[in-house]
Amino acid sequence: MGEELILLNFWPSMFGARVRIALKEKGLNYEEKEEDLPNKSPLLLEMNPVHKKIPVLIHNGKPICESLIIVQYIDEMWNDKAPLLPSDPYAKAQARFWADYIDQKLYNVCSIIVWKKSKEAEEGKEEMIEIFKVLEGALGYKPYFGGEAFGYVDIALIGFYMWFHAYETCGNFSIEAECPKIIAWAKRCLEREIVSKSLHDPNKVYDLVMNFRKKLGLD
Amino acid sequence: MGEELKLFRTWSSRYALRVVHALKIKDLEYETIFEDIKNKSTSLLEYNPIHKKVPVLVHNGKPICESLVILEYIDEIWKQSPLLPQDPYEKAMARFWAKFGDDKVMPSIWSVFISQRKDQEEAIAQAAGNLKFLEEQLTGKKFFGGETIGYLDIAFGWVANLISILEEIADLKLVDAEIFPLLSAWMNNFSDHPVINECWPPRDKMVEKFKAMREPYVEKVA
Repeated sequence: MGEELILLNFWPSMFGARVRIALKEKGLNYEEKEEDLPNKSPLLLEMNPVHKKIPVLIHNGKPICESLIIVQYIDEMWNDKAPLLPSDPYAKAQARFWADYIDQKLYNVCSIIVWKKSKEAEEGKEEMIEIFKVLEGALGYKPYFGGEAFGYVDIALIGFYMWFHAYETCGNFSIEAECPKIIAWAKRCLEREIVSKSLHDPNKVYDLVMNFRKKLGLD
Repeated sequence: MGEELKLFRTWSSRYALRVVHALKIKDLEYETIFEDIKNKSTSLLEYNPIHKKVPVLVHNGKPICESLVILEYIDEIWKQSPLLPQDPYEKAMARFWAKFGDDKVMPSIWSVFISQRKDQEEAIAQAAGNLKFLEEQLTGKKFFGGETIGYLDIAFGWVANLISILEEIADLKLVDAEIFPLLSAWMNNFSDHPVINECWPPRDKMVEKFKAMREPYVEKVA
């Protein structure tokens, strides 16, 4: 059956990374189109008129927007292999809760650390450490958030790893020193070829952030 | 089979109301625990240590938090009167619009409610733009779920209940039936539905509550 899958993305996006990982986990062929965010393509504006944001997955011409919604869609459409969400409803609810927690809490504080001057960035750093500690609590002694298998919450969080080097530099701290379990978990995820192939080099993200900070006059 | 269901809520929480509606539609029995936000119970803090908020649904002693997560959980355990569509694409659309409602529509309506003059004019334009998307989603449908109430109708329940209260207090009309005929009709159809109208919090208490919330934002005219 001809399945056409197009991913509209911006290369360093932690949200786009979620979709890449999900597509690869399911063994799906897809085309990735890189968006120039200051000059959004007519296709992006047509496919996501509400938010005009990436990532967008276009499946046989029909768009799905919002990264966690896309990941769930992929899991439900291609439910014959590599389940991303647990089958047990309670475990599924826990997975959805933690992915939602990451979206509610982490992204805002990340933006504060990289795009604000040092005083606000310092405060952002304290909040980020708090959030990572809560996530360490949720992880517990399990290898992955869902237990033995790599899954939904891991996919929701691992894309942020590309940005850790940038957060550490802008916030002047070490994530490994403050939250070693998160780094151990991240390294475990990166041992999966699909994950390491889905994430860009943190040094490239760091360069992007530093260039942008210079343009904004932050340093 | 003994199923124990408890719902932690406040009398006015629009998020908790979603769970109330869902449980009613599924015809499920449950115990209600009303919380005082200024004096949260030990149980609530134990069941929701992360956010410390309502609603929390406790099923056979296990807590589920976040209203939209709870709706999906209820729908997966109890198959009668399905809330979400079966088709994965339609399901994704329902989830998308529910998130849009929480992330964009509600904050934009709130901005209208607490702002004045020029700021309010801009806020109204923003809110109207958001409401237009909802209007479009109702094309050819009685409810967002189609012929029957579903997940998205429940997610937008606050639109049917709260907007007219905010309009009354702020003395303006946001959902004008001439500009938003489908949305206006939906608000009436949803509110009048027997499962829904029994569960609304008392209107006079709501007006009082939201008037008090608006107070600090409104300039006093001498």
